[in-house]
Amino acid sequence: MPPHPGHFFSSAFRLARASRFLLRAAKEISRAGVLAILAQSAAGLAAEKPAGAAPALVFELAPAPRPQGRIDELVFARLQQLGLEPAHGCTDAVFVRRVFLDVIGTLPTAAEARQFLQDQAPDKRAALIDQLLARPEFADYWAMKWSDLLRVKAEFPVNLWPNAAQAYHRWIVAAVRDNKPYDRFARELLTSNGSNFRVGPVNFYRALPSHEPAALARAVALTFLGERAEKWPQPRLDGMAAFFAQITYKPTGEWKEEIVFFDPDKALPAGAAPAQFPDGGAARLTPDRDSREVLADWLISPANPWFARVMANRVWSWLLGRGIVHEPDDFRADNPPANPALLDHLAAEFIRARFDVKQLMRAILNSQTYQLASIARSPQPAAEANFAFYAPRRLDAEVLIDALNQITGTTEKYSSAIPEPFTFVPDDARSIALPDGSITSSFLENFGRPARDTGLESERNNRITAAQRLHLLNSTHIQRKLEQGPKLQALLRNRTAPREVIDSLYLTILSRPPTADERRIVNARALAGPDGRTTAIDLAWALINSAEFLHRH
Amino acid sequence: MNLHHSADPRLWNFSAELRTLGLGGGPMTRREAIRLGLLGTAGLALSGSLASRALGAPVASAPATPRAPKARSVIQIWLWGGPCHLDTFDPKPGAGYDYYGALKDPIATNVAGIQIGELLPLLAKQADKYSLIRSMSHGINAHETASYTVQTGRPSGTRDVFPGTGAVVSLFKGYDAGYKGLLPPYIVLTELQGRFSEAGFLGGRYKPFATGGDPGQNRFVVEGVVAQGITDERQRARREFLHQLNTFERAMQSGDPRLAALAQCETDAYEMILGDAGKVFDLSQEKDAVRDNYGRNTFGQSCLMARRLVERGVPYITINYKGWDTHKQHFPIMRQKLPQLDRGLAALLVDLSERGLLDSTVVWAGGEFGRTPKVLWESPWNGGRGHWGKAFSTFVAGGGFKGGHVVGKTDAHGEEVVDRPVHPSELIGHIYELLGIDGDAKLPHPEGRDVRALPTLAEGAKRAGALADIT
Repeated sequence: MPPHPGHFFSSAFRLARASRFLLRAAKEISRAGVLAILAQSAAGLAAEKPAGAAPALVFELAPAPRPQGRIDELVFARLQQLGLEPAHGCTDAVFVRRVFLDVIGTLPTAAEARQFLQDQAPDKRAALIDQLLARPEFADYWAMKWSDLLRVKAEFPVNLWPNAAQAYHRWIVAAVRDNKPYDRFARELLTSNGSNFRVGPVNFYRALPSHEPAALARAVALTFLGERAEKWPQPRLDGMAAFFAQITYKPTGEWKEEIVFFDPDKALPAGAAPAQFPDGGAARLTPDRDSREVLADWLISPANPWFARVMANRVWSWLLGRGIVHEPDDFRADNPPANPALLDHLAAEFIRARFDVKQLMRAILNSQTYQLASIARSPQPAAEANFAFYAPRRLDAEVLIDALNQITGTTEKYSSAIPEPFTFVPDDARSIALPDGSITSSFLENFGRPARDTGLESERNNRITAAQRLHLLNSTHIQRKLEQGPKLQALLRNRTAPREVIDSLYLTILSRPPTADERRIVNARALAGPDGRTTAIDLAWALINSAEFLHRH
Repeated sequence: MNLHHSADPRLWNFSAELRTLGLGGGPMTRREAIRLGLLGTAGLALSGSLASRALGAPVASAPATPRAPKARSVIQIWLWGGPCHLDTFDPKPGAGYDYYGALKDPIATNVAGIQIGELLPLLAKQADKYSLIRSMSHGINAHETASYTVQTGRPSGTRDVFPGTGAVVSLFKGYDAGYKGLLPPYIVLTELQGRFSEAGFLGGRYKPFATGGDPGQNRFVVEGVVAQGITDERQRARREFLHQLNTFERAMQSGDPRLAALAQCETDAYEMILGDAGKVFDLSQEKDAVRDNYGRNTFGQSCLMARRLVERGVPYITINYKGWDTHKQHFPIMRQKLPQLDRGLAALLVDLSERGLLDSTVVWAGGEFGRTPKVLWESPWNGGRGHWGKAFSTFVAGGGFKGGHVVGKTDAHGEEVVDRPVHPSELIGHIYELLGIDGDAKLPHPEGRDVRALPTLAEGAKRAGALADIT
């Protein structure tokens, strides 16, 4: 493509810029000290540092962190006890990117990042948290999380069927969107009756390879008690299985439709164990009451020591990347919490807030602990296990491809092996909003999207592999997005000043302005490169391949 | 190339990673090790053997030495959709027009007494190199469940999604077992299965590397390895640019293990992009005559590609060859596809044999089931064939499988197996045995449950041994 005056770094002003560049480099070095102070205050765009400034200052604040509330007191007390130093607080640029990715699974746009960085309000972080909790993407992202755990997938190994998977997903999205209290959420999943196509939550009992009472009991234990019932003594499992002995699955005249209901007349197998709560308490079942309701009422009672703790721990692990009990679905006596007082506090607050999940998230997100930088100041592994810094995590497969599409203005092709009308989704659908685990793309498969077979948190694999690296560095899929993506092209065409192009690319991809060092490196590369457009595309390529982009940090 | 395998010892300091992830200090539990995917053959109890399984002996806990392996590699030709056994390897010329339809004249092979379908003349000349199992049976008529059973040896609908054969071979013959190749140990030409995850509960680490692209095109553009329109010079310059813009890495300093893994994966990726490893995919390095011999189409060139990968020691290669689900237009499609299959597969056998590789390479070809022996002449099929899980044929060669034999038999119409029914798990068991993989070896299960490479007797495993005279 020939250089064009409208294009980035057209050769027209290359010579002039070369001399300016040398001059400015010299000036910046001499003014380094002054600039360091100016940059902090200038319009809030604190990320720009003079030459030679420590790169850490892009990501962490200078002063040591101070506890802001009960969560921080408990975390910092534990750190002190262990002789660990917490990381410093994160900068605004880190915060805006992190909180968007963690709360709505979506990269902030350049405009959103810029607006936040320029905002002078002292409580702007709390305000942004509230805004994000109210965004529609919040429901999509957390419905995706729940759909992993609740196994929302049309086919294989379980024939949930596309129509039923959609009904199930719709119910989950609505529950998250309406912030349905978690106790009601659990109760409805456990006690609903009706058609798999019409009553979404009945699919909880269908999305399992076996419909045996013991298998249903194991799924309930994993989902709501965070326990692997495989490790339970047999009588405990048998006692819990008894609550599910009268669930019935009945086909209808409509293809693939099934009614799931509690049938009080269903004969119990001879010699079946009597119903017993997992804590050993005897349950009294009467013929006029759905036994699942008896179990659900026990489960969601504020007096139940497990229910709130398990969910509080899950939410913590979703936001911080690691549970206080870790893995978050492996509660057992010999896997104690890293900080028992912290877990007690979160569980108590969760109950006090009447199982309001957004309220729990809000408390965690506003803590200094959540807002620590990802630069550890204490040795591993203790620092990570005790939340002394925000451990970086590779972006989820869905979040990553959505971010790449948002940056470039491109879309994906999704497909399902089950050719039904319910499995066709438009190309511009976002991956986090896909309703059904059977609808997928090769990118999602390559980047560790969970198969939704087991309901285990660990099924999602966010560890980088060389195959993923190859794809990001060199695939036609990504290259085409960079070369032809309309949004990126518009960004490259509409600017004349190279400084603006660099700024825009950094804000669009990394949600921060470039440092002076980075600007200099890009300028030098432009001088050496064949043309401005190539340099700009290579810059976008380098930024999406950077560790900073590929991780939440 | 360690594509799915960032915990490989070459890449990753186990103890450092464990410490960093908060697992150091005490001894690592088995489950932790499994979760991290650190358990290879060394950490797994190898016990029992195929023979003891067949006799119903209890599973022993003492390690046993597996038999010395005959095979080093497997090429699996997956005929996606289910090819018709009557029109390929189990012809029924006496069954009448309603069965053989447009293909009534099977041909003799170079082994006395073995006939195959008339559209496979090149394979007919190589019958001494392969054996035909005409009595495969599982009774499943749905694609996804039949594919699952044929590739895993397990019934579907159990609590677990088991790994397919390729993933199990990748576990026992890949990096965990000392494989040092730069190419991934399990490669799929060119697309993944789609219906279920090949790796099952083993997880992403044992997933195959799918090449994408089309080896039948002028240039085989392997996704991620070969980029069109980017010169090597620009590749190098870009990489340097990426390294210069490393503000985050410099800030992190401490050597976060996740960033270290990312850096190592990048090094490996560039070995493929710019180094010698990626050259294996350049089919223009082959002589034109060789390329012509395999057939200048996607399947033929995939077979050639598979041979090149075997030469470089890749343990498991799957060619997913689509288009065999012929409910309609069955015979016209056969006339188009079978000559391609014939040319590609025959060329592969001859080429492997001439290079001395056939003895160490299992070639396994078949689909998830057979097709309705009686042609569906009625509308809307108008001469199609449906799904048939009761009886189908599978082709095996090399790696210790003898040539020139037929195992089992179907009835006069090809509808029922009448002699020596073979379940997919038995075939898979023999392939494992040829590779020196113990069928009783434990698989690392995410919940730590005791599951074995092959179904145990308690899981209703079929009696093995039906294939003893071809291995």
